[in-house]
Amino acid sequence: MLSHWRQYLAISPFYLVFLAFSFFPVLYSLYLAFQRWDGIGTMHFVGLQEFRFLWKDPVFWLSIRNTLVIWVLSTVPTLAGALVLATLLHSVRRFKGFYRIALYVPNVTSIVAVAIFFGAVFSNNFGLVNAILDTVGISPVPWLSDPWLIKLVIALLMTWMWTGYNMIIYLAGLQTIPKEIYEAAKLDGAGPVRTFLQITMPIMRPIILFTVIISTINGLQSFSEPQILFASEAANPSLGGPGQAGLTTLLYFYQSAFVNNDYGYGAAIVWAFFVLIIVLVLINWRIVQRGRKA
Amino acid sequence: MTAAGTTPGAADTRRSRRPRGLSAHIFLMLAVLISVFPFVWTIIMATNTTQDIYKSPPKLTFGSHLLENIRHMLKTIDFFGSMLNTLVVASVTTLLVLFVDSLAAFAFAKFDFPGRRVLFAALLGFMMLPLQLGILPQFILVSKIGWVGTLRALVPPALANAFGIFWLRQYIQSGVPDELLDAARIDGAGFFRQYWNITLPMIKPGLSFLAIYAFVNAWNDYIWPLVVLTRPGHVTLQVALAQLNVAHNTDYSMVMAGVLMASVPMLVVFSIFARGFIAGATEGAVQGS
Repeated sequence: MLSHWRQYLAISPFYLVFLAFSFFPVLYSLYLAFQRWDGIGTMHFVGLQEFRFLWKDPVFWLSIRNTLVIWVLSTVPTLAGALVLATLLHSVRRFKGFYRIALYVPNVTSIVAVAIFFGAVFSNNFGLVNAILDTVGISPVPWLSDPWLIKLVIALLMTWMWTGYNMIIYLAGLQTIPKEIYEAAKLDGAGPVRTFLQITMPIMRPIILFTVIISTINGLQSFSEPQILFASEAANPSLGGPGQAGLTTLLYFYQSAFVNNDYGYGAAIVWAFFVLIIVLVLINWRIVQRGRKA
Repeated sequence: MTAAGTTPGAADTRRSRRPRGLSAHIFLMLAVLISVFPFVWTIIMATNTTQDIYKSPPKLTFGSHLLENIRHMLKTIDFFGSMLNTLVVASVTTLLVLFVDSLAAFAFAKFDFPGRRVLFAALLGFMMLPLQLGILPQFILVSKIGWVGTLRALVPPALANAFGIFWLRQYIQSGVPDELLDAARIDGAGFFRQYWNITLPMIKPGLSFLAIYAFVNAWNDYIWPLVVLTRPGHVTLQVALAQLNVAHNTDYSMVMAGVLMASVPMLVVFSIFARGFIAGATEGAVQGS
């Protein structure tokens, strides 16, 4: 042990910062979930009471439903679109570098800027989308007040931001597949669809699994999008937009912990949410793995 | 498949190669248009008056009101103050991430020590942890040490960057030959000399990818600065932008002037380093899976 002190010293800054600022806080939030505390006064141990309240809290379940709907509405088109774009990009020879950069650029812009932009473009009264609909004689669509359209706009925003990112990952995977395999398939008479389903997909499976898990972890944590889109309503009970249709679980957590100063309940929300993420990641894992045997 | 079925199929593929390539380009160009449209429309909004934007049909060309909108925006929020805050935090975070991660990555890549496998496996697990889980206690911790409202509070959580170690470790393993380190050892170079004088210069491309990654993340971070920077007028750029939007989202041209000015530095950094950055992201993605 002692002869390796330099190596331990070299890795210690990361682990110390991680323990202090990530690992310990995560454990401590579990402890907090069993307390009632406003952050200033004394803590009261209340056992499972926060979770019992959570179980019966309709707003919590609404936020879970909203989060899941937004997640599905954004992840499916993001990953499907990314796979199509990556396949197309892999097939062309010219302008490859240009396409990669132009399609990746949404991912380096700030979510705040993008959310403000979407708010402006989908605005019910003056937004570009409704103005265009108006010029072709379609009456304005209430993008930011209909419960489903609110989710659709948030999902579109996330799709716009993350498709290029996933495309780059898929493209990297496609480039590792040796050309000989495709040539052999062609000699055996396999068409493009069959080649894609029987060669590309099985080889890409681990990469697809990776993107599905990353998208689940990221996609379920939507917070900034609804927070900024409906920020002007943050103070009133319709947090997350009309009908609270854009109230995601993280936004509800933020509201409970940092606006209402209900620390114990905030911690309970975020831990219940963590369990949900784990369950969904495991389900996704199983689905993608089962595909392998078929 | 019969031989008879094969030949027409293959011929068909050859004949249609050119048109199919063209349709791929058309499709990709459409995707590019969707991808860059928000940037173009942001500029259009920021260069026109709000009235022009609200008109039906809206004005679709660049206007001449950019400076006016920017002036108005600068009067409403402390844009340059918050930009300086962001710049300081993002720079300090990036430098520290580079140092902490490359040092740990070097130890993991080139040395065997007791517990190495377990510690590294734990690190991979950390990458999967949703960090929002810890935000509330992080806030309590930061307020206990009196950092709430200060820029210092933004740095430590961003330093626990497991991805950076994971990614640089791959880079060092494949990019720095063991023979070179052995030769240095024979010449009497110790652990830190091998790290500083040999490894660091050899992994510059890897470091520059991580630098952009860390800088962009720090620049764009929103939820943590929103929670921690409680004093008004003492915020980062993203929080200032969000506040501008809350107070003035009826004056879109002015808000969009802010969005535009806040996005330009990132877009410039990205366009300068884009090639290397995307190549780096690609490598990391393949090895990451």
